Order: sequence, then C-alpha cells, then structure tokens
Amino acid sequence: MPWTDACATGDIDAEDLIRFDRGGATYAIYHGADGKFYATAGLCTHENVHLCDGLVLDFMIECPKHNGQFDYRTGEAKRAPVCVNLKTFPVKVEDNRVLIEVP
Amino acid sequence: MGKRDYSLFGADAKQAVESGLTAAEWYHSDLPRKTMKDLMARGDSPAIRDTLLLYGLMIAFAATGTALWPTWWSVPFWLAYGVLYGSASDSRWHECSHGTAFRTPWMNNAVYEIASFMIMRNSATWCWSHARHHSETYIVGRDPEIAVMRPPEMTKLMLNFFGIIDVIRFFPTLIQNALAGPTAAERTFVPQSEWAKVRRVAQVHLAIYAATLVLAVWAGSILPLMVIGLPRIYGAWHHVMTGLLQHGGLADNVIDHRLNSRTVLMNPVSRFIYWNMNYHVEHHMFPMVPYHALPRLHEAIKADLPAPNRSIAGAFREMWPALRRQLTYEDYFVKRDLPATAKPYREDFHQYVPGMTAPKAAE
Repeated sequence: MPWTDACATGDIDAEDLIRFDRGGATYAIYHGADGKFYATAGLCTHENVHLCDGLVLDFMIECPKHNGQFDYRTGEAKRAPVCVNLKTFPVKVEDNRVLIEVP
Repeated sequence: MGKRDYSLFGADAKQAVESGLTAAEWYHSDLPRKTMKDLMARGDSPAIRDTLLLYGLMIAFAATGTALWPTWWSVPFWLAYGVLYGSASDSRWHECSHGTAFRTPWMNNAVYEIASFMIMRNSATWCWSHARHHSETYIVGRDPEIAVMRPPEMTKLMLNFFGIIDVIRFFPTLIQNALAGPTAAERTFVPQSEWAKVRRVAQVHLAIYAATLVLAVWAGSILPLMVIGLPRIYGAWHHVMTGLLQHGGLADNVIDHRLNSRTVLMNPVSRFIYWNMNYHVEHHMFPMVPYHALPRLHEAIKADLPAPNRSIAGAFREMWPALRRQLTYEDYFVKRDLPATAKPYREDFHQYVPGMTAPKAAE
C-alpha cells in the first residue's frame, strides 16, 4: 500500500487525535502519550461513530457515543460496548509530516 | 402515529430500523474541541470524595438504625439509608456504566458492580441496555429503557415509587438469568460473548439474597433484609422521582435530545443523590462528560437549549398534565421553546424520516 501524507506533526495536539478522510474512507490519526503517532480506522466498530470527537486517555481512545475504548496502538477493544477490534495502519514521520500507509 | 408497540420485537421496532431512524445522526450543540477536551477530562478525586461520603453515610445510618431497632426511633435512619441504597445506587450505576465517574478503571468497575447489586440490575446486562438507550433514546420499540410509555400506566408509575414493579420483575428475571443466561428480549442487545457473564452475575446476586434470607429466618427478624434488599423498595422514591423527569411527557421518535430530554435545576442534596443527572439534555448530548463537569457543560451550551425547569416541583407541574393528556391522546407531548440564540429544531429531521409520522406537539 502507498504512503499517504495525512497532516503536519503540529496539526495534532499531544494526547489528541484528528480525523483524516481519503478515498471514501475515514481514519483517525493520534498523537500518543509517548509522543509517537498512530493511525486507526476512523469509525467505532460498535455503531459507526466518528472517533475524532472522542477522548484520548493515555493509550486509549474512548468513543464519544457509548464510551467504549480501544487501545489505539493495537486496535484492541478494551471496554464494552465495543467487542470488535479497530483496524490499525502503519505510520511514519518524515520532515514533520505524518504519513500513513492506507489503501 | 397509531398505538405504540414498545416490544423490542414489535412493529415499531421493525419500522424504526426500516425507516432509517435507528441510524440517523443526532443533533449536537457546537463546542470547540478544546472546550470539549477540558469538559471530558477524567479524574479520580471528585468520585472518591463522593463515594467515601456515600458509603460512610450508609454505614452510619445502617449502624444507627440497627442499634435503635426495633424502636420507632430507628425509622428516620432507615429512611435515609434507604434513599442512599435504593436511589443513589441508580446514579452510581449509571455514571460508572459510562466509565466516566473515575479515571481509574477498577474504581469504576467496583462501584458499578456494587451499585448494580443494590439497584437490582444485572451488571452484565444493563450496560448493553443503556448503550441502546443512548443510541436510540426514546425510539419506540428500540429503546429498552423507556420509563414512561404511552399511554402512561399511572398505577405502575405510582407503585414504582416504592420499587414494587421493578422488584416484582427483577426476581423472576434473576432466576432465569442464573439458570439460562439472558432472556430472549435481553439477547437482542447483549452480545453472545457476554451471555455467560450475565449468568455468573445473576448467580452471585442470587446467592447474596439467599444468604440474607436465610440469616433473617435464622435470626427470626427482618433486620438483615432492612440492610440488604428491602431498601430497594423503601428508598426507591427519589430515583423514580428524578428518573421520570428525564424524558417524561416529552417527544419520542425524534433525534434531538432537546426535544426528548429534560434538564431540571435541583437542590444540592438531590444533586448528590442523583450525581448531577438533572443535567439530562447535556448528558445525552455529550455522554463522555463526567457528572462533576455537567454544570460547566450546561453553562457552555445553555444558549442552545430550552430553559431548564427551575425545580423538581416545577418540572412535575410541566410533566404531570402532559402524562394525563397522553392517557387519552397518545401523540401529545410537551415541546419547549428554544431561546433566540439557539439553533432551531430541525423539523425536517422529524417530519420527513421515511415511514415515520411526525408526533403532534402541544399547541
């Protein structure tokens, strides 16, 4: 899969996320508690709610609708009502740009 | 709209799905991301303080009631204990089911399990039921937590001030859950992966009630039941009083919480018992905001909301006549005015959902 330029590193506050749409798909890009960047699918696996309005707690993203939680590093569903893991995507930073490897 | 069918398997449930109402996007007031992050921020301190106070008061009231038992002097202490057991447990169950009370997960889970037991809800079932309530608030046939159906069943509402209906329904379900897991209706919103947990939780609850009953029989006294079980009856009134106001007399089958939820300003004691769920429009619109930040959220978005009811009595004065009118005219509901600063209700949202008939508002 090709690398896609998603945003500048400064576009995402520490311990926060933004939404990134491309090719009819939506993604969430995180600036993690460890200073690294991560990317996952943008919609909660429970009810297709955009995660970009959610809350980053350490390495968890909490869905804004039902408070389900995922570990955004691995996509693992960690708290009900989410049961299905979130898809994750490779991320790299080059020249202060965040690149994600998505279809 | 014809007669409402509240069954989760009924015609209204099917119509809500087919019409797209269940997948519709709900209205939200606009708030800057920075403000929202500040409001959503989690911490342990407020809930630790409130939980220590709650459990400390419960122990003190129950100990004093027991010491004065069986004289009439014990009655005020049991009444106070009962409200904390049979009503404050409802709000603790609720907040912890959202995971917003504490930042630390095990604290949320511990208070959630204790509160679920006291309020007589299976902790493994009701978190799913409440998720549906938030997805499809007061969508007929989809929301399993509609407290006031149309036409309102006034006798049942009154009996539930003493927990009668809830308790009568609870024990057969508890036994069924303990033997075979979730009921057929519960299986519509509890994933199969959780069915075994539903059964385990029910077995633990059942064992505690059985042990309490055995102790009462052995001691020849209802005192053990005054501590465990009965407070769900004699202390239920406060959570029923506040719970009815959440959505009672307001619209159903809409996708704007300003139309189907009610914010009521309350005295500090009721707010402690209710853990600020009197800010109910705000809670439904932004369920990630912890209870202790809801007053700040209210201030941030109140220009976009109907004016709150000024007191519990004032809210009942609005709701009760509406419920009485719904006895003969099911489609009636109270539609509150929005301030000039608010975005208008999107009538098109509610009138042109395919297959659904618009509810009739008050003149």
